[in-house]
Amino acid sequence: MNWVNAVIQGMLLGGQYALIACGLSLAFGVMRIVNLAHGDLAVCGAYLGLVLSSVLGVPVWVTLPLLLPAAFVAGAALQVLLFGRALRHGVLAPVLVTFGLSVMIENLLQVAATSDPRGLNGGALTLASFHITAGITVSWLFLTAFLTACAVLSCLQVLLSRTSWGRKVRATADDLDTARLVGIRVRPVFATVAGIAVATAALAGVFIGTIGTFDPQAGTNTLIFAFEAVVIGGIGSLWGTLVGGVALGVTQVVVGEVNQAYAVLAVHLLFLAVLTIRPGGLFTSHQAAAEVRARGVPG
Amino acid sequence: MSEDGRPPGAPLLEIAGLDVFYGDFQALFGVSMSVPRGGATALVGANGAGKTTLLRTIAGAQPPACGFVRYDGADITAAPPHRRIARGIAVVPEGRRLFPSLTVQENIQVGAVAAASGAWPLERIYDAFPMIARRRGQRAFTLSGGEQQAVAIARALAAGPSLLLLDEISLGLAPLVVEDLYGTLAGLRSAGATLVIVEQDLRRAMDACDHLVCLLEGRVALAAPVADVSRDQVIAAYFGEGRP
Amino acid sequence: MRRPAVFRAAEPLATVAVSRWSRTASAFTAVCVVVVAALAVVPYVIGGPAEQPLITLFTFIAMASLWNLLAGFSGLTSFGQNAFIGIGAYALYVVALHGVNPFAGIILAAIAAAVVSLPVSALVLRLSGGYFAVATLVVAAVFQIIATLSPSVGGTTGVSVPGLAGYADVLREALTYWATLAVAVASVAGVYLLVRRTFGLDARAVGSDPVAAASSGVRVGRIRLLAYVAAAGGTGAVGALIALQTLYVEPTSVFSIQYSVYMLFMVLVGGMATIEGPVVGALVLFLLQETLSAYGAWYLVIVGGLAVAATLVASRGIWGFVGERLGWSLLPVGYRVRGPAPGAPDPPATSRADPNKS
Repeated sequence: MNWVNAVIQGMLLGGQYALIACGLSLAFGVMRIVNLAHGDLAVCGAYLGLVLSSVLGVPVWVTLPLLLPAAFVAGAALQVLLFGRALRHGVLAPVLVTFGLSVMIENLLQVAATSDPRGLNGGALTLASFHITAGITVSWLFLTAFLTACAVLSCLQVLLSRTSWGRKVRATADDLDTARLVGIRVRPVFATVAGIAVATAALAGVFIGTIGTFDPQAGTNTLIFAFEAVVIGGIGSLWGTLVGGVALGVTQVVVGEVNQAYAVLAVHLLFLAVLTIRPGGLFTSHQAAAEVRARGVPG
Repeated sequence: MSEDGRPPGAPLLEIAGLDVFYGDFQALFGVSMSVPRGGATALVGANGAGKTTLLRTIAGAQPPACGFVRYDGADITAAPPHRRIARGIAVVPEGRRLFPSLTVQENIQVGAVAAASGAWPLERIYDAFPMIARRRGQRAFTLSGGEQQAVAIARALAAGPSLLLLDEISLGLAPLVVEDLYGTLAGLRSAGATLVIVEQDLRRAMDACDHLVCLLEGRVALAAPVADVSRDQVIAAYFGEGRP
Repeated sequence: MRRPAVFRAAEPLATVAVSRWSRTASAFTAVCVVVVAALAVVPYVIGGPAEQPLITLFTFIAMASLWNLLAGFSGLTSFGQNAFIGIGAYALYVVALHGVNPFAGIILAAIAAAVVSLPVSALVLRLSGGYFAVATLVVAAVFQIIATLSPSVGGTTGVSVPGLAGYADVLREALTYWATLAVAVASVAGVYLLVRRTFGLDARAVGSDPVAAASSGVRVGRIRLLAYVAAAGGTGAVGALIALQTLYVEPTSVFSIQYSVYMLFMVLVGGMATIEGPVVGALVLFLLQETLSAYGAWYLVIVGGLAVAATLVASRGIWGFVGERLGWSLLPVGYRVRGPAPGAPDPPATSRADPNKS
């Protein structure tokens, strides 16, 4: 019973959750859409990785230069064709549309790939691990996932704070109406953000598929975990999703050491607890906190 | 001043027969207006008269149900905001509407994304507004009301506009601060900009502008050069007295 | 100096009438009563083969009406109502285990689901829109896990519903049929009556714009709570019915998210925020299921796709479209303003300029 090892494994697992969560957080922050198909899009990424790596006969990492741009384009297309139109039909429409999309994706995957659990070919990386001390073993794969998450979050942070595109995105997220008024073209902003969200989801899906198995129905649980990470870490905060992810991961692994059957339940209960005590999350931005208050139920 | 040989008297902005609806509610009824090049037009009227709606329609945020908007001779009625900005129209919205998570400098930079010209680079803007130059790295919402209004104007200037639309810039500000802002506007006028100013303070409006349009319940109640009307006449139009 | 306002003596306002009912509605209600009576005698007249499909249809109608109360009228897009189907099913098992007649147990299951929904609502009703939707998914997942981890209700394997062995098959099926019919009628009628009261207007205000509703004095929290608990209770009853129909209660099937998919489809395609819409949607889903269920997962792809299409293209649903075209409102929930009532005196000609008239 090595608590330190459990915590470390949990932290690394948290990196994966952060990776799947950051796209959801970005999409919500900028477009105010909770994409209920986000988890399923991650699973699509895993399946695409499976197809590409089988066809090309290489470990899935080699397919990434093909996979990620494809996911980006798919995300932008979904935004332009579907989500953007949904936004024009009222506040509830995107919720309904993304849920319907989720159903379609899961069942299309079912038709195409059957419900057999699959795994991705991660090459040598899957098997390698190293020891820190006698009791602590770290798998390179887990570590890579965590470092990738940190790298992605850093890149996004830099893009948002130092580029002209980033300024446009932040302005649009702050005030859509005024952003249009000062001449920002909102549709390309939304399309690129959606593209990034789906690309990060696909990347996360590839890691999830390499570390564990996946099947067409895995999307819903992936969405739930991503959402929980966002809420715990704080709406509107990118690095908050890392904190949220780590909180989930540590809870899951530590409780799992005691009793595996209760691990997932414990994660959900942690989420519900944070929702009760601090609905704004631990690292809410000033703006987002005000919004959560406004979004809450008056009276 | 326009260099394309058009007679100097031709209006820069021309609006005719604008009807604007918010859903079923009609906000503007057949509004027509003409803004001369290089002039300053005051747009006055009670709350709810339609001044902000009119400004937003000119800026492209509100599509009219009928009527047209012509800028520099070209029909821009269907053009989206970014195209209008590229042609030279910029708006300072009511309530300033700065972007809270952007710094002062970033707010100004964002105003230039669809810039019509490079006439107002950052250095020139900071020269014109020294008080905000000092705070360029701060988040916009940490500034005082007057400074925020200056940033909002600066943001619009960053687009290098020929026509500047200003919506209630004196709201909530101390008189001395408003004095300063209007001083800056006078400077812009002498640099060749055309202004349309929505203003609650009638005295200021008539002092700063040479043309006046008064809206009442979505219709033009009075449109005349400032020199040709008395304050009382404007007030009468403002409140709708003397209507049949 | 401004002219002082002149007030005239009030003129008789006999020029408009506001109605909440119509002859069409009366006729339709009469038709409904006849239809329900006819359906009630089906077990005697036709028996077994007609009962099964009708049971499915009635279950759909009940689920759809209740989800419409939540999402269509109150703006609460919950995709976790399957939680209450499961809770209702397990509640029925528990009461049947304690010797209560399973058919009477339906009411207890509904009450149990409503009671459980109270603490849940304290958590999820803080949120709205997409966040609310995902939170309901989490809640449903939690309940499913709890059921899986509880050996007293069979854990992963599940349990069969006791107390039904004493009934002959024919009688059991007929009783299930009548129970399902009763729950369906109660759901539609219950939602209808609820929405015709002030609650209906309040709920729709909350659904459109909670902040505006609150500033108009609507007790937003109360309305949402009432909608949530009522829908939970009704859905619990549906869950109990499902347990009675399948005779077996097992976590993955009673907590299946497919129920939520069906609810979404029926209300979107049939027509949100109308009483007739969910019934129409239930019919459509029923027909789709009869024709397409052989195609396995494609069936659900089509269901999802139609729901998406309905939101984007026909956001008022089939009933919204038809009802508007034909001018029908068979079960009206709104207020109609009619022109001058017949026999009202002509409005007096305006004499002088009156500053009070625009």
